[in-house]
Amino acid sequence: MPRRVTYEVGLIGHEEAKQGVEGTEQSLTVEVEDGDATPWARDTKFAYVGTDVTRLDGAVKATGAAKYTYDIQPQGLCFAGLVYAPHAHADVVSVDVAAAKALPGVLAVRSFAAATATYPGKIVAAVCAESETVLSDALAAVRVVYAVKPGPAVTEDAMRAGAPVVDPRRQTNVSGPRRGPTMRGKPDDALAAADVAVSATYRTPVQTHSCLEPHGCMCHVHEDGTATVWASTQATAFFANGRFTRALGVPRNKVRVITHHMGGGFGSKFSADEWDVLCAEFAQETKRPVRMLLDRRMEHLVGGNRPDSIQEMALAGTKDGIFQVLKGQTWGTSGNSSGGGAGAANFMVYDLPNLSMTQHGVATFSAKGRAFRAPRHPQGFFALESIIDAYAYKAGIDALAVRMKNDKHPIRQAQWRIGAERIGWTKHRHAVPGSDKGTIKRGTGCAAGRWAQAGRHMVGRSPLVFEFVVDKDGGVAVQNAVQDIGTGTRTLIAVLAAEELGLKPHDIDVRIGDTRYPPGPGSGGSTTAPSIGAAVRNGALRVKESLGGLLALQWGVDEAQLTWKGAVCHGPGDEKATFAKACALLGEDGLRVRGSRRRNFDAAYRETAGCQFARVAVDTETGVIEVEKVVAVHDCGVIVDSLTARSQVNGGVIQGISYALFEEKRTDRSLGDMVNPTFDTYRIMGIEDCPEIDVVLTSVVSGYSNTGMMGLGEPATVPTAGAVANAVYNAIGVQVTELPMTPARVLEALERRQK
Amino acid sequence: MSDDVSRGAAPQGGASHDGASQDSAPQPKGAQAGKGLTRRALFKGAGAAAAAGAVFQQLDALAKDAVPQAPRSQGPGKTKITLEVNGTKRTVAAEPRETLLQVLRLPLDLTGAKPVCDRGQCGACTVWLDDTPVYACTILGVEAEGRKVTTVEGLGTPSAMHPVQDEFVEKDALQCGFCTPGMVMSAAWAVKQHGKELTEAQARAACAGNLCRCGTYPHVLSAAVAAAKKGS
Repeated sequence: MPRRVTYEVGLIGHEEAKQGVEGTEQSLTVEVEDGDATPWARDTKFAYVGTDVTRLDGAVKATGAAKYTYDIQPQGLCFAGLVYAPHAHADVVSVDVAAAKALPGVLAVRSFAAATATYPGKIVAAVCAESETVLSDALAAVRVVYAVKPGPAVTEDAMRAGAPVVDPRRQTNVSGPRRGPTMRGKPDDALAAADVAVSATYRTPVQTHSCLEPHGCMCHVHEDGTATVWASTQATAFFANGRFTRALGVPRNKVRVITHHMGGGFGSKFSADEWDVLCAEFAQETKRPVRMLLDRRMEHLVGGNRPDSIQEMALAGTKDGIFQVLKGQTWGTSGNSSGGGAGAANFMVYDLPNLSMTQHGVATFSAKGRAFRAPRHPQGFFALESIIDAYAYKAGIDALAVRMKNDKHPIRQAQWRIGAERIGWTKHRHAVPGSDKGTIKRGTGCAAGRWAQAGRHMVGRSPLVFEFVVDKDGGVAVQNAVQDIGTGTRTLIAVLAAEELGLKPHDIDVRIGDTRYPPGPGSGGSTTAPSIGAAVRNGALRVKESLGGLLALQWGVDEAQLTWKGAVCHGPGDEKATFAKACALLGEDGLRVRGSRRRNFDAAYRETAGCQFARVAVDTETGVIEVEKVVAVHDCGVIVDSLTARSQVNGGVIQGISYALFEEKRTDRSLGDMVNPTFDTYRIMGIEDCPEIDVVLTSVVSGYSNTGMMGLGEPATVPTAGAVANAVYNAIGVQVTELPMTPARVLEALERRQK
Repeated sequence: MSDDVSRGAAPQGGASHDGASQDSAPQPKGAQAGKGLTRRALFKGAGAAAAAGAVFQQLDALAKDAVPQAPRSQGPGKTKITLEVNGTKRTVAAEPRETLLQVLRLPLDLTGAKPVCDRGQCGACTVWLDDTPVYACTILGVEAEGRKVTTVEGLGTPSAMHPVQDEFVEKDALQCGFCTPGMVMSAAWAVKQHGKELTEAQARAACAGNLCRCGTYPHVLSAAVAAAKKGS
């Protein structure tokens, strides 16, 4: 029988910021299923939750002892590599692999002639060799003849009438809007009638994921008919798909996937890719361990990218700053898929009585886009938050005041106050943009962010369960196949288990990243933490119940009379036993129990809120932007480990600045190839460009689950580009409407202003 | 680093060319790699080597101080390379075209240094060569002949961490951890160079050649400065 629980939810602490803001604290009644722990409330006292806990795997990572897929090198390891098309659009006329095959040390070769490449990076041949040097010789010996065809690889070229089409069944590369425009009210009438209206076109680049560890795996088909696969993946549970296991020639139940550590995914590594399937084929054919990891160029070409965007935006409202209407048309390419594109998920933050968003995908002759940290958000929020500043200047109202007037999220209301205080908004924000004297001009800007993922209770079609293994000596291990992609998942599990059992986080043995354990969720959508958290709690609860049963038996009391305070169990009289003492009652075979994630409650806070403030200095002679400070205020439901949470926010901000200032996939418009597939030409932000980042975590009991957790990885990168762009606008008095805001684009904008 | 094969290598005693492996290579006294070398010991070593038929290599070692010599030809097949890795002399067979990174990772199975960009742009493979940070992907294995190489594994172990590694954990200066070994080597070098007085700007400069995609930079800086303060 589910039980009704009424408890206090909402923002923990931050009393000053909460003053006078309606809805930052609430009372919530939820239906709690049997076996689900009683939810943590706003006033729950914690031993570890919400504190700084160092990573469980910190020491192995800092000393190089952590083994990544790229580091797994069993005896007899073989090396596989790829030959791929350098053209956006070409028929593969012939692939001559004879010379490669003839090289001593080459074990297996595949070739794919008679195919058509519709993106640079299309695989045309693959080689498996005994050493890396033989492999490079063999790849160089493959001769490919291409018949190159015209193929626009840039969005605007692909949109032109008469442009060659990627999908021959279609008339045009432009598709959508898939579900029609998003419409509300009467946008055109509202636009015509409004006091203040602004419009502009914003552009964002294709951004590559640039994971440091490339995509790929190491496959080993064993003599006993089983296989072990080490994969750099965000989803051990889903990696070994049908195509992949067929290539291995091993039934799925005999394939073990391991991801103990992985070097970055950001949304681009969810299942076995084409190259993984080839690696599996080679492993099957050679019966030796085979490793295939993409080279850096291939990583940029096909390892994933965030679609670009062209966003025509119009915003209008009253002269005192109340939004009446947002109208947008967007185009973006998700590569050679006919759908996709860059829908901007930016119209959910502010109240917009009238709305029209029409979003188009544009197919181009380039590799498919992949989910990238907060898909659709950074591009959409850059445009939305930019046009809000344009509106605010035109209406003559402070841009922060405008946002606060139109934003109804209670948590974000409090966050705006916190951020404004910490950046020194009233002191540093220029009422008149570009009003600094001198060459170096400073400016301050802000932007909102949001995310709405509360976690899942299923992994595919299986319930999400965590297994607890407890031994007679009081040792606790927690098992699930979920992987830690660098977010701190391993540590978070330990904190939650330790909190519930009254132990220390570093004493918990967290066994994850291995499909021998119960299936874990894919690490995507910032859902991992909120999915697993409540299951870990429930597993720990099962441990206590089992130990309680033994204690009750020993004390001759009823189980219902027992209470746990931290790691000590109390009976109705003066009976008490520590966790260790209770464990001593176990047999030599210990205890093995499972806790499962239950359905989400009807939550009080359905979205995480966030906002960021940036201060920049712009050199108006060189066009160089220096971000001096960012204040990032974020909630992720209940914060479990504030140390790794701050790292996550730092990461979101840094990727956001990198997107705002540096990153851009550059394409040769006639040949269609990426011209900057290296880290010196495709710039990602370095430490010298890193500003002071002031992270403020606002822990919110969301009411979604027994922990109240939500995700953080993605929301932290949503507002950054918008905040930096608005700071630049405030500094130089003119908007840079295209990312990245390179010196050239800044100087162009300044020139526009002078005219 | 622009040293080529023909110079910079320290002498190998009398046995480097006949394939003797591991720590047992006989060494004339005083002919250790690096700065402690005396000219006299060098010439003695060269004489012994000449007798063993490995004269060119020994003369290479003299190139800095003595007359220029023609480079010794190596490859294209595998050649023996002896280097002092993390304080232990190790001899491996590798092709002259193989990078130091390849030599460290494959035959030596020291996988701390990571292959990421393969062309000296990201710093994930940073190791110390004779106590100077280098990108191991831009140095050939043969260039490291006779030289001292320190990798992240040599700096400390999980149970006995170097102060910089310790502070990387304390300050959470790592996320996915793939850039971390290189970042640690750069940060530890900064601490070594500047000692307790290490400033944040100096730490920044030392790590400027190390890219991180997860965004660990702020914590890297605080870890480096904290480690320096503790003294290391």
